[in-house]
Amino acid sequence: MAVLEIQDLTHYFGGLCALSGFSLELSPGELAGLIGPNGAGKTTVFNLITGVYRPTGGSIRFLGEEITAWPSHQITAAGIARTFQNIRLFREMSVLDNVRLGAFARHDYSLWEALCRRGRFRAEERRWREEALALLKRLNLTRYAHTPARNLPYGEQRRLEIARALISRPRLLLLDEPAAGMNDAEAEALMALIREIQADFNLTILLIEHQMRVVMGLCRRITVLDFGVTIAAGSPEEIRRHPRVLEAYLGREEPLVAEGGGSRP
Amino acid sequence: MSHAHPFLRRLILPAGLLALAWALPASGLLNPYVVLVCMYVGINMILTLSLNLVNGYMGEFSVGHAGFMAVGAYAASVLTVWVVPASLAPWLFPAVLLAGGAAAALSGLVVAFPSFRTRGDYLAIVTLAFNMIVKSALENLEVLGGPRGFLGMPRLTTLPWVAAFVLLTLVLCRNLVYSNVGRGVVAIREDEVAAALTSVDTRRVKLYAFLVSAFLAGVAGGLYAHVLQFINPRSFSILKSTDMLVMVYLGGVGSLLGSLLGATLFTVLLEVLRPLGLWRWVVGPLLLVLLMIFRPQGLMGFRDPRWLREADDLPPEGFQAAQRG
Repeated sequence: MAVLEIQDLTHYFGGLCALSGFSLELSPGELAGLIGPNGAGKTTVFNLITGVYRPTGGSIRFLGEEITAWPSHQITAAGIARTFQNIRLFREMSVLDNVRLGAFARHDYSLWEALCRRGRFRAEERRWREEALALLKRLNLTRYAHTPARNLPYGEQRRLEIARALISRPRLLLLDEPAAGMNDAEAEALMALIREIQADFNLTILLIEHQMRVVMGLCRRITVLDFGVTIAAGSPEEIRRHPRVLEAYLGREEPLVAEGGGSRP
Repeated sequence: MSHAHPFLRRLILPAGLLALAWALPASGLLNPYVVLVCMYVGINMILTLSLNLVNGYMGEFSVGHAGFMAVGAYAASVLTVWVVPASLAPWLFPAVLLAGGAAAALSGLVVAFPSFRTRGDYLAIVTLAFNMIVKSALENLEVLGGPRGFLGMPRLTTLPWVAAFVLLTLVLCRNLVYSNVGRGVVAIREDEVAAALTSVDTRRVKLYAFLVSAFLAGVAGGLYAHVLQFINPRSFSILKSTDMLVMVYLGGVGSLLGSLLGATLFTVLLEVLRPLGLWRWVVGPLLLVLLMIFRPQGLMGFRDPRWLREADDLPPEGFQAAQRG
């Protein structure tokens, strides 16, 4: 069964069509890419999948279940985790607390048990604290555990976002430009990390990325958006040579003398 | 000492405080005026902790907490005057206070539900409206004395009761703040969208925060009514809410110890300035303005001493948070 099935997804901001007729199917263990020029609607796709926006039309199914109208927290709890284009950490909170928040919905105790420190409280807190610390160790962030997230260097903040996404053991991970602002060496390390966690956590990953080297190196299937429309889909080789992709990224080659003296578009 | 059971050790300090709260007034060493001020300090501590949950930890801006306090005060007063037999009143007093808190918590729903859809300035206006609605409703309820107020409560609030409820409030707030729910509350302050996208059920968390906060404000209202033995709607005006804001922002947003400090400093300051007469009402707002300009996070902003925090989550002793650059 497909992990994610998106059918004919359409979204309007007022009169502006941000996404039209977008379809995508991800099978388990796949690592797919979503690319396109700025403003093509890539992040809108993520926001629609995770319930930040309610789509104007179309449907999203996750593990066979229709999640189109679900609230964000429920979608995340069901197993879709994501990171953000502009890092969105809980800046004043410690790194440990940031990671544990990723498992908010998995903490199994009531308000009453928290207020009285009774029942399942201690065991659950210990369980998720240990889980979070193990994950921090895995991502080489242990020494920052008690540091406020805002004090972390940029690359570590990106890794922390991934840790926060992973603690809930999602089935589908959405990465929104994870390599943004990274140099070649850092991007290389990130690619290795993404491959590693994909194998270890048995993840299906959908990735938005501007650095072509990263997308082409990681993804075996790429979808290209331009002005909300899917203009191409296929393997990296196909995408690299696809005329409409080249056009969207590099512009069209205009004949020097317009035919018939017509006006330029 | 060090071999005592940790649970027993944790009881030593609160038990000592309670004993002190009982012994000091009984010994006659403190004059009744000082005891009265101490009770006000305690009541204000509860109010400040309550407001800090919403304004400090959750980052919303409630300016109508006096409304919750009014609901608690009137509910508790009605119970002691009309329902509870006079002979039983001293024994049932804690139950009466809790009932007042429960009534206030129920009224907290009025603010909690709008908070699902709106935030920031707009939610502040909702809380302001709530305060005004409660006040004018009480002014128009002739059964409760209307604008003349409600009286006849026995003087049940004593320093030990105040101390006990301050401790209870502090423990509840601490346990809430250092729990999964508390982390959700702070996450809403930091980034509500990101919170929802990390599986925080923001509605449930907001509901919890408003319920607990309103409950505590209601308990404080009950204590207050049974010190004064007379309440009227004007005691719960916006001015009262402003006082609470000053205490929160003076002591420190997002800090438990800061709440206690802020309540103490502000209450004592107002008493010291009593000779100034009307002018002392200028002090509160002026203090708020100066604080906002020079130290918006308050004395203790976003910090608490180790002994107040969850022991298992503490950084190792002497840990220095890594600084950037």
